[in-house]
Amino acid sequence: MNDLIAVAMSGGVDSSTVAALLHREGRNIAGLTMQLWNQRRLPELGDQPVTGRCCSLDDVYDARYVAEHVGIPYYVVNLEDQFEEHVVKPFVAEYLAGRTPVPCTNCNTFIKFDRFLALADSVGAGSIATGHYARVRKNEANSRWEMRTAVDLGKDQTYFLWGLTQEQLARTMFPLGEMTKAEVRALAAEFNLPTAGKPESYEICFVPNGNYAQFLDAYLRDKGVEREETEGALVDTAGNEVGRHAGAHHFTVGQRKGIGIAAHEPLYVISTDPKTQKVTVGSNDELLRTTLVARDINWVSWSGLEAPANVSVRIRNRHVPSPATITPLSEARAEVRFHEPQRAVTPGQAAVFYSGELLVGGGWIE
Amino acid sequence: MQHFYFDHNATTPVAPEVLRDLTATLVEVCGNASSIHHYGQAAKQRLENARREVAARIGCDAKELVFTSGGTESDNLAIFGVARRAGKAAKHVVTSAIEHPAVLNACSQLERDGTEVVYLPVDSEGVVRIEDVKRALRPGTALVTIMHANNETGAIQPIREIAALAHSCGAAFHSDGVQTGGRVPVNVKELGVDLFSISGHKFGAPKGMGALYVRKGLALEAVIVGGHHERDRRAGTENVPGAAAFGKAAAIAFDWSDIAPLRNRLEEGILRRVSGCIVNGGGAKRLPNTTNIRFDGIEGEAIVIALDLRGYAVSSGSACSSGASEPSHVLLAMGLTPPEARSSVRFSLGPGNTVEEVDGLIEAVAASVAHLRRISPEVARA
Repeated sequence: MNDLIAVAMSGGVDSSTVAALLHREGRNIAGLTMQLWNQRRLPELGDQPVTGRCCSLDDVYDARYVAEHVGIPYYVVNLEDQFEEHVVKPFVAEYLAGRTPVPCTNCNTFIKFDRFLALADSVGAGSIATGHYARVRKNEANSRWEMRTAVDLGKDQTYFLWGLTQEQLARTMFPLGEMTKAEVRALAAEFNLPTAGKPESYEICFVPNGNYAQFLDAYLRDKGVEREETEGALVDTAGNEVGRHAGAHHFTVGQRKGIGIAAHEPLYVISTDPKTQKVTVGSNDELLRTTLVARDINWVSWSGLEAPANVSVRIRNRHVPSPATITPLSEARAEVRFHEPQRAVTPGQAAVFYSGELLVGGGWIE
Repeated sequence: MQHFYFDHNATTPVAPEVLRDLTATLVEVCGNASSIHHYGQAAKQRLENARREVAARIGCDAKELVFTSGGTESDNLAIFGVARRAGKAAKHVVTSAIEHPAVLNACSQLERDGTEVVYLPVDSEGVVRIEDVKRALRPGTALVTIMHANNETGAIQPIREIAALAHSCGAAFHSDGVQTGGRVPVNVKELGVDLFSISGHKFGAPKGMGALYVRKGLALEAVIVGGHHERDRRAGTENVPGAAAFGKAAAIAFDWSDIAPLRNRLEEGILRRVSGCIVNGGGAKRLPNTTNIRFDGIEGEAIVIALDLRGYAVSSGSACSSGASEPSHVLLAMGLTPPEARSSVRFSLGPGNTVEEVDGLIEAVAASVAHLRRISPEVARA
């Protein structure tokens, strides 16, 4: 049964197309949907639309419909506990610690690949396939699995995939990495998939409408944790108080909206400190940084870093990788020195290193 | 690939004789059973014949049987019907922690409306203790509802004793008999119950037909209201073909006690071939077709999928709205930890299973568990 491929099906057009494509190639596949989060868990967020987000019943319905349409076995598996443990709790903890977390990276590393590969093992599947936009290939010269950005740069998801290990990459297929989204949509239509016309989802799947603070409040109340009434000072970069705010967790570095004070030039959040509840604001120029330190680095296409090297570094999903020199501080820690100052270097986000289209490695911004 | 069915507590295939009566009634009878004319009378005859057959199967009078859409509706009708009839008097209801969601969620709705509901615990074999029933009962108790046999472990509950206790303090007694009605000999009069739910598709009738036995003289408020169908206890034009099929299934019902040797062969085979496994509720008096086995350190969900890919249909836990499994509330009530509950699998046999199928299933279980343990490092260490 080792030729069996487990396809991660979210109910979206991308993973649906992967299933149809592999089936047409004559591969032996089974579809699996991971039930990660119960959208009805926090009823106070319940009046908000849940379609198009992970794990809504509508998405499971769509995935099941696609599997039936394609003609493959299909299962829904419950990973709610693991998702809460590895994704939601760290997300909440990071947020409360004043950082702006990227839950999708943890979800990819711990759930979509780690748990999903274990799931694949348990059903006797040798490899997995997902609808991510990225390219993976083995470099025969050094036997290393390399990752490259997707052909469709607008859809490239490598920013969220830097945590994958060599063992994981060896068993993973990204059939859409060589295709554009338009080609995928055309294929979906050609296969007559029920999800062919489904709109994209962009949000963090378990946070409705991108409102992190509201999610946080609802989640902590659900856990029976009474949040302390937080409030604190808004200060300028010279340390002068310029206003008050209702909790540092409502702010993220680089944010412009919702600061709530008038000024001659637009104000941005420069930094937040959950301990003192101090939120520093300033001008766009004051957001610029030249260096950062990345920790917990996972080397992907390169096996490591011995000496300073020139790469391009991406510090947000939609950020255009910017030329920088990375210098090793230890095996999994490096200093990144940008050749041009970068706006809004945000602790908690990932710094991902590229050499051309090759994803070299990545780490968390300290 | 050939597929084999070992999930009869979920549902059963329609028997060929039942299918014949179903299609024949669809073709031959077009009237509304409430109509006065020839067509209506023909429909009514089929309906009442079916009612007599189902009633005979559980030892009641046909006049005491209300047709419903299935077990869930029967449970809802029994619980809401008694509670609403009692009105403000329905301050107190007693049930158990291992009931089907059709009972548990009906009770929690009563709770929201102000009724106090006691959820009795069970012992480690999954059986309600008589002493707990005695302690829970009080003069104002309106209803006691305890299932006849549990769908997950097969444990048979002492409902004759509980019914007598309920009556001694003036409470009505309902039992969800979905897993026993039509499968093992049931006589509602001997059991002494006031209300008894059964479901057609658990013994060879199509989905969508159930019945509630309502003891003569017990007042019940309808839940579905409309016309005067079913003696004002359940409105809606009767499903005559469904009823005819239900009646046929009841008439030809087979005593599943004969399946016990095959179930024992499966259970013993698995226990012999696979280390680190134990029967949940094995010490209880059980349904003859059910065994619930815990495999240390393995996710039951993974076994279900692995077995399905080998062609064997079994189940684990209860399905949540997406179709993923949740740890069984029944096993948790028996004192299993959530990981133990999650590592359990239910095998439920039916009249169609053969010795060869059972032997094949034992092999498939042994191979699946061996594979799952090989790839799971935690288990290797344990």
